[in-house]
Amino acid sequence: MKTFNYHSAKNVKEASKLASSNSVFLAGGMSTIPSMKLGFANYRDIIDIKGIKSLSGIKVSGKTVKIGATTKHVEVANSKDVKKAIPSLAALAEGIGDPQVRNRGTIGGSIANNDPSADYPSACIALNAVIHTNNRKIDADKFFKSMFETPLKSGEIIEVIEFAIPEKSNYQKYPNPASRYAIVGVYVAKHKSSVNVAVTGAKSCVYNDKDLAKALTSKFSSSSIDNFSISSSGMNSDIHASAEYRANMIKVFAKKAVDAC
Amino acid sequence: MKKVSLEVNGKKVTKEISNHTILSVFLRDILNLTGTHVGCDTSQCGACVVHVNGKSIKSCTAFAADLEGSKITTIEGLAQNGKMHPMQEAFKKLHGLQCGYCTPGMVMSAVDLLQNNKKPSDSEIRKWLEGNICRCTGYQNIVAAVKEAASKM
Repeated sequence: MKTFNYHSAKNVKEASKLASSNSVFLAGGMSTIPSMKLGFANYRDIIDIKGIKSLSGIKVSGKTVKIGATTKHVEVANSKDVKKAIPSLAALAEGIGDPQVRNRGTIGGSIANNDPSADYPSACIALNAVIHTNNRKIDADKFFKSMFETPLKSGEIIEVIEFAIPEKSNYQKYPNPASRYAIVGVYVAKHKSSVNVAVTGAKSCVYNDKDLAKALTSKFSSSSIDNFSISSSGMNSDIHASAEYRANMIKVFAKKAVDAC
Repeated sequence: MKKVSLEVNGKKVTKEISNHTILSVFLRDILNLTGTHVGCDTSQCGACVVHVNGKSIKSCTAFAADLEGSKITTIEGLAQNGKMHPMQEAFKKLHGLQCGYCTPGMVMSAVDLLQNNKKPSDSEIRKWLEGNICRCTGYQNIVAAVKEAASKM
């Protein structure tokens, strides 16, 4: 790994000011550090934002759950407030990686990285999340643009992720046996007037399956999607699972998630 | 270069290191604490697990520079006054190791498990140890050892 300048930012303003086209914000580092070690990424400046207190914490108020960007997976998994408001979100956090990854990895880091098989992006889509940065608010359906791509600009920092508390929700995934990434993950959430079916791991970027969502919006029952056949076109295919397998798993998991709601 | 001050196994340590020094390299190559093993080096195998401020992490995926002021415990820091930690005793007694390469990470991870869950079931132990891979596949005795340690602690 090439060396870099290390900065520990005290506040968001300072962190943002230090940013350049050749820098990266470091929170848990669970993706950033391995990608640097493997030579996929090099940066001149690493801007550590872990120490910025205002970026961490969980607040439940009325209709939303707000989670600070540097809140660790273990904190979301163990939070009594999250378990009560959106149990599926705490369960998702509990299934990320392994205990050591959960002790260090952060929700903001996961979302900013937008890995096609990460768990949290599906929660953002399913739970109509709003991503608050130091400059603006971005709706989840505009945030996950394509593989590892988001609309975040240089110097823009995710501060809070605001999730809408659904009536019912459930997340199902088939984890990679080694890394626990979602080979396929499906997050179903029933809101007052609509249902979202967020799919991760299957394509190059998380997405809301509009057809499944529509069928479940008219009738929230797993039998509503019994007759669906999901096309494998555009699905990932690798040593872990073929495109056809992934397509089938989406339906299986969507049904399972609805039944578990 | 950056000066970092940490506490490692109860001793204060201050070293001048490169910014990109990984914690596992800091422990092994700079402090000569070679009990922490490096297997995959990409945070999947868990051979490098140590505790930072009481919580287990993978030392191959942390920069030493960002752990300023932290308290680190490695496998070398578990034994007290020449007496093995109950987890080490249990691994020894129940043959919870074969080649031993994954063992330091297994033990450190298992100690953290018992901090969170004093009486884990077999399935809770297996779930917790998902991030620790034993290529000898000696999981049966590892699980038995963790249970034994839980009954002694």
